[in-house]
Amino acid sequence: MFRSFKLRPNQLILAVVLMLAGAAGVYYFSNNDIKFGTTDLTSLGLLISGLVFYIGILVIIGMFENETVLSISLLLPSIVAIAIFVYGFIGWSVRVSLSQWQGLRPDYTWAGLEQYYNLFHNDPRFLIDIRNTAVFTVGFIVGCLVIGLGLAILLDQRLKGEALFRGIFLFPMSISFIASGVVWAWLMNPATGDRLTGLNLLFHIMHLDPLINLWFTNPQPWGMAFTVIPAVWQLSGFTMALYLGGIRSISDDLREAARVDGATEFQIYRYIILPMLQPVTLSAVIILGHMSLKIFDLIVALGKQDIRLDVPGVYMWTTTFQADNYAQGAAIGVLMLVSVAILVVPYLVQNMRTETEI
Amino acid sequence: MNRRIAKNTLFYLILIAAAIVFLLPVYLMVLTGFKPFNEVDLKTMWSLPTTGLHLDNFVAGFQQLAPNLANSLMMVIPEALLSALLGSINGYLLSKWKFRGSNLLFTLILFGMFIPYQSILIPLVKFMQFLKLYGDLPGLVLVHMIYGIPITTLIFRNYYAGIGTEILEAGRIDGASLVGLYRYIMFPLSAPSFAVVIIWQFTQAWNEFLFAAVLTNQSHWPVTVALNNLAYSQLVRWNVLMAATLLAALPTLLVYLFLGRYFLRGLMAGALKG
Repeated sequence: MFRSFKLRPNQLILAVVLMLAGAAGVYYFSNNDIKFGTTDLTSLGLLISGLVFYIGILVIIGMFENETVLSISLLLPSIVAIAIFVYGFIGWSVRVSLSQWQGLRPDYTWAGLEQYYNLFHNDPRFLIDIRNTAVFTVGFIVGCLVIGLGLAILLDQRLKGEALFRGIFLFPMSISFIASGVVWAWLMNPATGDRLTGLNLLFHIMHLDPLINLWFTNPQPWGMAFTVIPAVWQLSGFTMALYLGGIRSISDDLREAARVDGATEFQIYRYIILPMLQPVTLSAVIILGHMSLKIFDLIVALGKQDIRLDVPGVYMWTTTFQADNYAQGAAIGVLMLVSVAILVVPYLVQNMRTETEI
Repeated sequence: MNRRIAKNTLFYLILIAAAIVFLLPVYLMVLTGFKPFNEVDLKTMWSLPTTGLHLDNFVAGFQQLAPNLANSLMMVIPEALLSALLGSINGYLLSKWKFRGSNLLFTLILFGMFIPYQSILIPLVKFMQFLKLYGDLPGLVLVHMIYGIPITTLIFRNYYAGIGTEILEAGRIDGASLVGLYRYIMFPLSAPSFAVVIIWQFTQAWNEFLFAAVLTNQSHWPVTVALNNLAYSQLVRWNVLMAATLLAALPTLLVYLFLGRYFLRGLMAGALKG
């Protein structure tokens, strides 16, 4: 495994010093509770001491001139973190979802698939969640794709001020879902009559009264469909950027050739550019789709926990941390993961395959 | 020629209409923010202020959110810097020192970027309580760093993959080791990627809500949690809320305004294919 070993005395001294310092730190922090104000630094101290110790080991590994081993060793802290925080925790969640854990005290009594069975058979709220997620996902993806593609084609005309428009369409992406939800909740205020306000008031001022509507308070599923508006506001610019990148990467020669053959601009988009944008559409659907399956903060801020606008992410949160129904919360979390995995895993696997071939 | 002018005019009209719609929420926030208290009325929401510009709402909003803005800053800055360093090392190793299974490893890491955090939330809370990192900002920094590993690694890996191996081979002939090559060749070349990742992580952590809401107690709430709480409260008037929302969104908006180019690159990296 190790072909050669080169002893470098000063590196060895460094390694020993680091390992001793790390070990001393671990010893110190495991015997003392260190606080800075109200912040408990014990675990962080342990973590950093452990890392110092590990860097000492890395220095020694570096002296064996095997770069693969060194490379893996350098990656190890991240690998361990991901192994625990992603895969370990997923496993742990699955276990919780198969238990009877209700209340603050962990209870791992085996309950099999009971939580899942109940969600699908005895829980009207979860069925509302599924329908809402479906409505949101379809509306969100279609909205972003149509508006994003439309804006991308407009910006592709090489008009003056392109950069300004691009900037305007993209900026909502930098705002948090919470901030966006708070503002849009006011814009889409459903009050009527004298208390008309928000967009409804604006429609009234502009003599567009037929547009005045009840927004989220419309009967379902239409009410839910309106939650798509802020989400599309935030992410259609992103979709536009994806499409614009795709369009710009199509060589001008191709368009020129079509023009020479007498194709109109419309035909060029219809028969040349759109078919070539299919991979971009696929990426966009996967990115947007996984976002909408996870949608959470926007609904919290918009819907203020209105049950009619409930989605699995919000249900998981409230059932776990407000109702202490941990087993059910874990089951919802696992189901969310499954839905995202179905969408994303094939994409990731394909991505990995194409890379390995190159 | 005339047809072309007509067409371009039409395009401009559509673009301008779209731009107005996109800017509407921000316009409302700014407009409301600058009105004095006595001019604030839901019925005149869209009217311009009649007695000049006032800062009442921003002052009131700032008073509500000041401690939380400070919390967010204290959490986000170390988080962004440490994440970038970690991502840079990972990206270097996974792009230039491939070993058998390194692509699989990278894919397994990448998966962590897509998971709904609800699926790891209960173990995370229990684990952070066990580590006594629950309720406070250092714990939140650690969590953001760890769940940031996939995206930071991805951005750096794509960036380094675009740097030719010739320069590394030249370095090797000069006797540089794996660590030396990173320190003397790759790291100095990484400034643009560091900008992308730091800006990305800054924006993400600033805007994040779920971890912040679940892992911190009230005195350590970052600004998103406090803003949401403000919105739920019956005691805060909507005009103050609008100003507070603008204040909460301002740091990431400014980052976007001045460093948008880097922000966009981070965004595109999220769509994989680098």
